[in-house]
Amino acid sequence: MIRFLIRRIALTLPTFVALMFVTFVAIRLVPGDPVEVRVGEHGISPERLAEFRHQLGLDQPVWKQFADYVWRLFHGDFGTSVVTNQKVLTEFFTLFPATLELAFCALIFAIGIGIPAGAVAAVKRGSTYDHMLMGMSLTGYSMPIFWWGLLLVMFFSERLGWTPVSGRIDLIQYYFEPVTGFMLIDALLSDQPGAFWSALSHLALPAIVLGTIPLAIIARMTRSSMLEVLNEDYVRTAKAKGLAPWRVIGLHALRNALIPVITIIGLQVGGLMGGAVLTEYIFAWPGVGHWLIDAISRRDYPALQGGIMLISSIVIIVNLFVDVLYGTVNPRIRHGR
Amino acid sequence: MAADITLAAPIGTASQPSSFAEFWASFRENKGAVAGLVVLSLIVFVAIFADVLAPHSPLEQFRDAVKLPPAWYEGGNWAFPLGTDALGRDMLSRIMHGARYSLFIGLSVMAVSIVCGVALGLLAAFAGGWIDSAISRVMDLIVAIPSLVLAILIIAILQNPSLEKTIAAVTIVSLPRYVRLVRASALSEMGKDYVIAAKVAGVGSLRLMLRTVLPNCLAPVIVQAALGVSDAILEAAALGFLGLGAQPPTPEWGAMVGDGREFIRSEPWIVTLPGLAILVTVISINLFGDGLRDALDPKLKRS
Repeated sequence: MIRFLIRRIALTLPTFVALMFVTFVAIRLVPGDPVEVRVGEHGISPERLAEFRHQLGLDQPVWKQFADYVWRLFHGDFGTSVVTNQKVLTEFFTLFPATLELAFCALIFAIGIGIPAGAVAAVKRGSTYDHMLMGMSLTGYSMPIFWWGLLLVMFFSERLGWTPVSGRIDLIQYYFEPVTGFMLIDALLSDQPGAFWSALSHLALPAIVLGTIPLAIIARMTRSSMLEVLNEDYVRTAKAKGLAPWRVIGLHALRNALIPVITIIGLQVGGLMGGAVLTEYIFAWPGVGHWLIDAISRRDYPALQGGIMLISSIVIIVNLFVDVLYGTVNPRIRHGR
Repeated sequence: MAADITLAAPIGTASQPSSFAEFWASFRENKGAVAGLVVLSLIVFVAIFADVLAPHSPLEQFRDAVKLPPAWYEGGNWAFPLGTDALGRDMLSRIMHGARYSLFIGLSVMAVSIVCGVALGLLAAFAGGWIDSAISRVMDLIVAIPSLVLAILIIAILQNPSLEKTIAAVTIVSLPRYVRLVRASALSEMGKDYVIAAKVAGVGSLRLMLRTVLPNCLAPVIVQAALGVSDAILEAAALGFLGLGAQPPTPEWGAMVGDGREFIRSEPWIVTLPGLAILVTVISINLFGDGLRDALDPKLKRS
């Protein structure tokens, strides 16, 4: 097991190095001198310019700059935003809980509905329910989620007035210091009546929008994995033993059917981060996706560089974790290859 | 598509005279796939003949008919069957022309990524060693960065978003799946007897690569390509929506949804209709792709 772990981690390292290299090169490919961007359009004396260049390390040879960049990354320095002058790492981790909360709730939504819905469809294979679910799943993963978000806003927020249009909580009514950064938990901790409800109603639509594609994929995957498992000998044995149907399906079949589903869920993380960009943009959700789009429109390239570095690292680590988890539940993967 | 399939068949299945007939027999059993093909053909037809079919120019602004609702609503006008947008442009004509952009993006991304993916995948499988590692690690990297985020980064590097840059960005993002697929199937084919036989017979490595191994790797690539078109269309539409794709006044569907956002409360059709066009197109491609997979690659058949 430990050897497997080490091998997996070793396979990830080159990806990290490549990632550092790409983010380093990318920011140099972006037109526009970082010094000019920071200084703005005002005239500047050559001495000041040289000083700025020196400050940013731009007077060094390129390989030295790269080494410095890597050195700084390892010391937790992901650069400084040229717009706010804040450390990128600080900005990122102030906003990240909002994205994490959104992505987490989206996944809960997707898993909570997708697995039971898919399992039932497999058991009732060929029924109207099965066909309807597969149709919905097809629609779900064909969905342009930015449009889906706008549709839901149009219906639930504008027409029915059930949910707010943007933000994480009603800031006029409720204010409290963030403790965990997760609005739902903070709202509970604040002891202000109605705060939790306000946070939840802000979260509902974005989480549904972000969870739609994973939901569709998980439901479909659970169904097909379940169908395969239901034909296995051990399920037939369990049935023949006279176990109650729910025990056969729930305990014997579903547990084994979930192994590939776990991998699929893990693979959704990258897509979730991409989807978060669109979802946060639509709902003005103050997370890292929204911040990344802002960084582009403000031409804040250090923020973009650091942000992409951080987001990708998170995705790589999560994928590694999923792989290891998969190896744990399925020893064939661990020993094979 | 059909031509590719018949081309792909000869090596392994030379004794079966009409593999296309066989494919078609299996494909048409799948009602969803046939429905997808019909709708898709319709969309392709509209895209090709948009100039003739569309009642107006997609760019012409009718100043006295701004934000007209679709004809069947009160205040609608049959001169503009699906209404007009905020600048008085005919929605139907814009959506019809938009089909061109979406399909063009989808097909170009598919074509370029198949060519590059096959080349890189075969190279990785045949060369092995550090070339294989380098190609595989770069693909790992592309997969590690969320695709939309990577596409945004590429657009940021290229500056001044446009249709061509959207295609470039989406192609890079979708490359890994083709490379990995071709590499994996080439590797598994290379161990088989017919390849060894060809090697023993003294077939040159380029010929071995392209004539012996490649045709037998194509079925999964074709399936992947069909499903990849729908992903490319969605990705490109998202970029358009964010203002990082096709620029106004191009009637690209994603950009139309993005531009119409502010009218969502008062004139919802400006937002709903182009989005619906994306959804219908992507669904039909996915249905078609699923049917293609079931027919071409029975091993992958969904139960």
